[in-house]
Amino acid sequence: MDVGKKAENAVDMRVNIAGIVWKNPVTTASGTFGSGKEFAEFVDLNKLGAVTTKGVANIPWAGNPTPRIAETYGGMMNAVGLQNPGIDLFCERDIPFLRQYDTKIIVNVCGKSEKDYCEVAERLSHEDVDMLEINISCPNVKEGGIAFGQNSKAAEHITKAVKRYAKQPVIMKLSPNVTSISEMAKAVEAGGADAVSLINTITGMKIDIHRRQFVIANKTGGVSGPAIHPIAVRMVYEAAHAVKLPIIGMGGIANAQDAVEMILAGADAVSVGTANFRNPAVTMEIAAGIESYMKKYGFACVSDMVGIVD
Amino acid sequence: MADRKVETVKIISQECLAEGIYSMWMETEAADMAKPGQFLSMYTNDAGKLLPRPISICEIDKVNHRLRVVYRVTGENTGTEQFSRMEEGESLKILGPLGNGFPLERAKGKQVFLMGGGIGVPPILELAKQMDCTEKQLIIGYRDHHTFLKEEFEKNGQLFISTEDGSVGTKGNVMDAIRENALCADVIYACGPTPMLRAIKEFAAEKSIECYISLEERMACGIGACLGCVCQSKEKDAHSNVKNKRICKDGPVFLATEVEI
Repeated sequence: MDVGKKAENAVDMRVNIAGIVWKNPVTTASGTFGSGKEFAEFVDLNKLGAVTTKGVANIPWAGNPTPRIAETYGGMMNAVGLQNPGIDLFCERDIPFLRQYDTKIIVNVCGKSEKDYCEVAERLSHEDVDMLEINISCPNVKEGGIAFGQNSKAAEHITKAVKRYAKQPVIMKLSPNVTSISEMAKAVEAGGADAVSLINTITGMKIDIHRRQFVIANKTGGVSGPAIHPIAVRMVYEAAHAVKLPIIGMGGIANAQDAVEMILAGADAVSVGTANFRNPAVTMEIAAGIESYMKKYGFACVSDMVGIVD
Repeated sequence: MADRKVETVKIISQECLAEGIYSMWMETEAADMAKPGQFLSMYTNDAGKLLPRPISICEIDKVNHRLRVVYRVTGENTGTEQFSRMEEGESLKILGPLGNGFPLERAKGKQVFLMGGGIGVPPILELAKQMDCTEKQLIIGYRDHHTFLKEEFEKNGQLFISTEDGSVGTKGNVMDAIRENALCADVIYACGPTPMLRAIKEFAAEKSIECYISLEERMACGIGACLGCVCQSKEKDAHSNVKNKRICKDGPVFLATEVEI
């Protein structure tokens, strides 16, 4: 396309992710935005393409011992361990809250076994939510989580299983802690995934040299934030070349420039995570910044930018 | 909706009170809503250190829209070290006030202990200034003779000091100061390191004293979303649906019997 001749003013911010139309390409990375309610004082949720909620399991999980958080240079590390209130309270309290807003609801689903994931997917099939994101990439829980996300056969299998129960489109959230992200993306595509999201956090470790002990009680944690952004861009690029599925790109996006970079690498939409902790209003600012970029360079719609740097 | 935001505030003054202990006054809208026991998320100007530092509020001046924080520099190349280098007239980003604060109303007509230890000392100052009670006993624990805020405490209650090295007041900790002076209370408010709070909680339980403690933990968001800073609760918490409470949002002040420390 001839980008120079596109309309200067009217830009279409909408994106279509597996048949669900978001008003703009910005959502929140699971675990950094609570269920949306915690941020509603700071963000007009109506201005987000979608809200992706913190991972929810079939029953409440207490998560890991503290300390769960450490700062790292240009980022942070967490081992919260998927603390969540369980699907019953989530459906009763968090979905109705989010439904008051004009935004799409993506529910992140976690589990320790195939049965756990399927139970939540089935339960959500009766609920008014728009998409499911299946977390097979959390590095901070001993069972489930990443166990499904580091082996392509297991990833394909869990995708197929969840797809049998899910009514909404299924996004498989991939781990960067793998040898080949392309292989993992292909595996979930073969399993019938409707979209992929990547990257989850990168497993790291931090040691307190004065106390000579691990900073995080779990010893290891997931590293996120601007420090991991170039890794995420590279992986989004590789995944985009491996599969035809829509891609939600994330990993260290802190501003609109980072988001545009991710889209140019092949992401159809973006998630903002750790940056919410530095500026609670950053998601709205990023959505507005992407629009400004499109106006400046004459892109009429978001899809015109996706993966054009090849 | 979307009515709160990170605020850029002006530093009015910065002063070193003792080795590694700094006092900063800032002009901020956050002063209008602030209560004793609440905290601010303070952001460094260094994008390499992206998480806010939760710092307790030491004094509130609603008339001049000012807040004071007294904080400890936690080490070399830390965010708090960067704050300590900032000067009058420079600006800083903050979010707040955050958290619940101390329940002042429980002190009315009562004999009260206000206890602070280490870098848990500063929030006790505004609490003491606002507290309306029959007998206001301030029991403050320091490491050594660097008894920062001492003069201000003296103006706001009956002050008992403990120091680890015995250089001022009772030698030992705040519990030793209570014993040495044979002090009694109906309500306790405390902020300090976990071992101190544990001892106070035990003391309060033995004597059936109503006791409020302010907890500390590493935080990321400061607004109840990330679940980084939880503490264990005695009963299942209504929000988390497990036995965890969020220190930033449900606290930092808890009824001592509510939490496991």
